[in-house]
Amino acid sequence: MRHACLAILLSLWAAAAPAQEIEAHRYYPGTGERVLRVLSTTDLEVFEPYLLAFQAARPEISIDYSVASSAELHRAIRDGAVYDLALSSAMDLQFQLANDGLARRYRSDATAALPDWARWRDLIFAFTAEPAVVVLSTERLEGLPLPRTRQDLISLLRDHPDRFRGAIGTYDVRDSGLGYLYATQEDRATDAYWRLTEVMGRLDPQLYCCSGQMIDDVSAGRLALAYNVLGSYATDRLARESGGRLQILRMQDFGNVMLRTAIIPATAEEVEAAGALIDMLTRLGLRDEPGDWPLPPLGQPDAGTTTGFGPIRLGPALMVYLDPLNRRAFLTEWENAMEQRQP
Amino acid sequence: MTGTGSIGRRLTLLLAGVAALLSVLSWGMVTMLARQAAERTQDNVLAASVTAIAETLRSEQGEVRLELPYSAFSMLGAIGEDRVFYTVTAGDRTLTGYADLPVPDGRGGPGRIVFATGTYRGEAIRIASVTRVVLAGTSPVPVTVTVAQTRDGVGTIAADLSQLAAILAVAFFVVAVGLSAIAARTSLRPLKELTAAVSRRGPSDLRPLRRAAPSELAPLMGALNRLMDRLNLSLRRSEDFIAEAAHRVRTPLATVRTQAEIALRSVTDDADKQRLRQMIRAVDESSRSAGQLLDHATVAFRADDLPRAPVDLADLAARTVAALEPTAAMKEIRLQLDAVPAQVSGDPVLLDSALRNVLDNAIKYSPEDTVVHLQVMSIAHEARIAVTDQGPGLGEGPARALTERFRRGSNTEGIVGSGLGLTIAEEVLRAHGGRLDLGAGERGKGTCVTLVLPSS
Repeated sequence: MRHACLAILLSLWAAAAPAQEIEAHRYYPGTGERVLRVLSTTDLEVFEPYLLAFQAARPEISIDYSVASSAELHRAIRDGAVYDLALSSAMDLQFQLANDGLARRYRSDATAALPDWARWRDLIFAFTAEPAVVVLSTERLEGLPLPRTRQDLISLLRDHPDRFRGAIGTYDVRDSGLGYLYATQEDRATDAYWRLTEVMGRLDPQLYCCSGQMIDDVSAGRLALAYNVLGSYATDRLARESGGRLQILRMQDFGNVMLRTAIIPATAEEVEAAGALIDMLTRLGLRDEPGDWPLPPLGQPDAGTTTGFGPIRLGPALMVYLDPLNRRAFLTEWENAMEQRQP
Repeated sequence: MTGTGSIGRRLTLLLAGVAALLSVLSWGMVTMLARQAAERTQDNVLAASVTAIAETLRSEQGEVRLELPYSAFSMLGAIGEDRVFYTVTAGDRTLTGYADLPVPDGRGGPGRIVFATGTYRGEAIRIASVTRVVLAGTSPVPVTVTVAQTRDGVGTIAADLSQLAAILAVAFFVVAVGLSAIAARTSLRPLKELTAAVSRRGPSDLRPLRRAAPSELAPLMGALNRLMDRLNLSLRRSEDFIAEAAHRVRTPLATVRTQAEIALRSVTDDADKQRLRQMIRAVDESSRSAGQLLDHATVAFRADDLPRAPVDLADLAARTVAALEPTAAMKEIRLQLDAVPAQVSGDPVLLDSALRNVLDNAIKYSPEDTVVHLQVMSIAHEARIAVTDQGPGLGEGPARALTERFRRGSNTEGIVGSGLGLTIAEEVLRAHGGRLDLGAGERGKGTCVTLVLPSS
């Protein structure tokens, strides 16, 4: 009975996003008996430094780290899967879990130090702030002006349809929780979003589940442009490859900033260890220097140049687009705009 | 005197008690009002939220459609970090949201928002609900929009305000206690002033109190003044009585003396003469005592309202010496006067009385054939008359005690006296702002009595 509503909420979700298995899994044995089970949307290679740092501090704790999509993570926690910590880039889904009483309260000096916008009810804690960016292929955009706003981007795509046909990548919002979050927040914040979606829709866009693949394709020259890529990954790859083939742009009319958040599921057994990892992550989230970590801190040095409302707010409004009716309406509109038949 | 506690302290405690009561009351009221205000705010936000959602209700192709406006939920974050639940039902069918969320009964008709308080998933919630009729296809369907929110934010706001109110109430109480103490002291000040005015008074000052006093003290002052009046009257009456008695005694004594002197001249027997002389001396002493009693009464009477005139002590001394010359001559005592002019301001009658009593004493206690020396001086701001005799001195015991009424020296046996002489002199001098100094004469022999007066 308790989950009757969840079934309704998730029925459409489940239909749109078919069940996914755990994408990756690794076990970090510790010296003791205790095992901290972490379910996360963050790729292993990105998150491994954090896990190793945690184990250096708490060697007695073994870590069982599983990677899943944000939707899969949400569904798993919803269904009562036993994990001690859930880390997700989909703020809205995390928020809903907390709101619906599926998260456990946690309070420590480290979480108390977080700004108000980075936590909610001591249930959900943000530890990174990551902007949505546009990734361009230098080679394929040669001779074209760099777009600064969505309006610029729309003009660019309209003026050079041949260069961009089939070479635009963006999230499949039906699949990706993060893509859906970015899209709905943009819908709310700027008129240009739908016009841009329609323009992209006419150019046979490639739809992706994940940022990593988009960046790979831009880098390989298969894509000229990837829209709404998670900034942290993009900068990470760019720094590594540094071939100058990629350019990162932040739209100046409006930029979404996503908070990567952690919750302790109500089913957690190793609450103390989960709290310790949250403490470590939030302390890193509040660091002043960027340091040698793959994910950016909460207060980024260039946060002041971002236009818009700052990071997406943790609040009940996040649940608006999760409402099945709203979701259906949004996806219908999105599909209409994105999947146009070629004239 | 037994104390029954301090009025000031009692007043302070009473006022502080009232302040404490008011502080607690005001804190309780602010807490209650803060809670109510916070709850009303939450109701208003919930009402706005359900209204915003209900406004999106519409019918499309025979189906009820709606979309949750972003603002309908974002506004719910205004109260605090509260959990939000919602449900939309069309008839008996749940369109969206939390199907098991309790919906308040008693639909208040279309468009009216119904509020309720309940529990959902173990937390107290406030529920707002509104019903709108939507025409779906052919039949009208009542669609109910319900939004619920936990009440933590309301509790936090109310607790914050309550804490603030508590701090203010304590501050108010502390200030009120301070002010109470000040108020108590201020209202008791007239009483203290009255007390001071009464205790400042000299021993013989029985004038009525004439001062502005609060109406509460007027009866006390009236009673005090009446008491002093009566006291004054009875004192005056007894002085009058003494004066009258002395006067009445003196006149027949004078007659007795005259007759005794005539008899002395006519008798020839030595034994009779001796007896008559003793009689005359006794009559003289009685007459002197009566005179002194009269003097004393006069001093007591005149000192209250002292008439002042310029007096030269040299003149005064000369006159007094002349008046007592015969008495001195009877004992073969020489009165020697050294005088310089010394002006004072005072009552000539009283000053004469004072000097006469001192000189009379000196003559009385001096052995026969000696000298009583009077010296009038003017030193700095003081005028003095020093009367020095060659008598037996003041004897043992404190010199000051000799100025008490009816007190006589320890070595006066065999000499008739009333013990009033120095008392009279002392009272006169004190009434004039002066004093009487008692000491030994030159080379420790005899007595030196000095009348000291402020010069004018």
